[in-house]
Amino acid sequence: MADELIYQSATQLAAQLAAGKISAVELVQACLARRQAVDGRVKAFNSCDEAGALAAAKASDARRAAGQARGPLDGIPVGFKDVIAVEGQPLTCSSKMLANFVSPYDATVTLKLKAAGAIPFGRLNMDEFAMGSSTENSAFGPTANPWDLTRVPGGSSGGSAAAVAAGEVPLTLGSDTGGSIRQPAALCGIVGLKPTYGLVSRYGLAAFASSLDQIGTMAHTVGDAALLLGAIAGHDPRDSTSFKAEVPDYRAALAAKKGPWRLGVPREFFGAGLDPEIGAAVKQAIEFYRKQGCEIKEVALPLAAEYAIAVYYLIATAEASSNLARYDGIRYGHRSKAATDVAGVYFQSRAEGFGPEVKRRIILGTHVLSSGYYDAYYLRAQKVRTLIRNEFTAVLRDCDALLSPTSPVPAFKLGEKSADPLAMYLTDIYTISVNLAGLPGISIPCGFTGGGLPIGLQLIGRPFDEAGLLAVAQAYESAHDWHTKHPSL
Amino acid sequence: MSTQPDLNLDYLANLARLALTDAEKAEFAQQLGDILHYVEKLKQVDVSGVEPMAHASPVFNVWQPDVVAPGLPVEAALRNAPARREDMIVVPKVVE
Repeated sequence: MADELIYQSATQLAAQLAAGKISAVELVQACLARRQAVDGRVKAFNSCDEAGALAAAKASDARRAAGQARGPLDGIPVGFKDVIAVEGQPLTCSSKMLANFVSPYDATVTLKLKAAGAIPFGRLNMDEFAMGSSTENSAFGPTANPWDLTRVPGGSSGGSAAAVAAGEVPLTLGSDTGGSIRQPAALCGIVGLKPTYGLVSRYGLAAFASSLDQIGTMAHTVGDAALLLGAIAGHDPRDSTSFKAEVPDYRAALAAKKGPWRLGVPREFFGAGLDPEIGAAVKQAIEFYRKQGCEIKEVALPLAAEYAIAVYYLIATAEASSNLARYDGIRYGHRSKAATDVAGVYFQSRAEGFGPEVKRRIILGTHVLSSGYYDAYYLRAQKVRTLIRNEFTAVLRDCDALLSPTSPVPAFKLGEKSADPLAMYLTDIYTISVNLAGLPGISIPCGFTGGGLPIGLQLIGRPFDEAGLLAVAQAYESAHDWHTKHPSL
Repeated sequence: MSTQPDLNLDYLANLARLALTDAEKAEFAQQLGDILHYVEKLKQVDVSGVEPMAHASPVFNVWQPDVVAPGLPVEAALRNAPARREDMIVVPKVVE
């Protein structure tokens, strides 16, 4: 029983639950058994409340027996990146600073998923405070890529990607500030969707860079990503940046929208630094769309390609230095035992609680916001950000979506880039501008390197047109079988 | 590689209320110097007359009614406090 359930899509599992072929308890037990079998090697999870998951599964089965099942997610386990609050469960941000923190309330996405009957299943490893592209910045040790345990799963949502790729849980939530859902999805061979900025409430998401952070979905298939997105999207008065957008039935939209589409290919996203095998796989995907009757247009995003990373690392670090000021050792989080006065509590607690990448970004962010540098760095970056967004707006006037690689490189070796922060930052070159512009982006599997490492295709859509974006992605997925390949663990 | 002459790690560490070791200061000075050197390229962009963009959401001036609503219970609000006594958070003495 257990082995048959591993790697089934959430959509398939929902159908079996609805037909009474499996129970939610059996499904949770299968996930727990799989986690037991593989997570000692993959290390996707920081923790897992097994008793709580089983109790929630029993409650789901009871609802279903009483004819009160709440919909397709009722009884489906969902893993949470360890940055999203689930009441009564740890929330560590993979940081020593929050090693003992227990969430006093549910995030809005958590409340919505619980209301849909989904089962919170474990806390997933990440780069500390979501700062990184490899999950090596976790204070609790790195996660391994299920396709090659000597390589990184990407990041910062590396645990969320690896857990799905390893068959430990069918759906996970991640967060994406500069590529942190799409890049690990690409490196682990799964689907990762970053919604439009403002579509999903961030209430209960520990903040990194508030003008960029967005919660999104990670799954085996585009249909599953749509299913999970439909459950978490929508306006929330508790997140004042959330938008009063209509939330369509994304799964129905997938069935209804068939193309052909006008698709843009940004020429700068295929330049120097792109791994040739990745470039070839993405070009094959573009050819697929052309053969389907889509109009393929070469487009130019020169400012996004040249300046997005510089803009991002000024804006994101500035916002991080401000957001992370709350970790002062007073009300919650780590408090230094060495400190004897209040200033010492601040200085020492932060020194002991934060890891090197977080400290580096706090210092950089403090510098770019400091008197005398604000205009030259932060304000200028915000203006270039406007120009980058305008560039996307102009291009998307004539295109339904854009196609590009997700990451310039496949999964790299653990430790390969950890000594050079700038080299690590450059792995986000194709994803970062999407956050700056606030657009939706999705990574779907589109092949493997000769060495057997997954390759991701990134699709970028118009603001709040997740339905259209998912439909374009689905058209590719339904004609290929990359998403049905799984690592041998 | 490059180091920024105006990158004063002691000054920044003080502003950020973050104690850094000498080794961290040396490492960050070099790494942040590289990063600041990289972002210099933004000076090439003509931004005259361009409005800065604070975020990407088409949402401005959000209001909500000023009404009393339930908040976190005291026990829940204090459960993560590093030190507490009688429903209060204990901190080192701040006044003489």
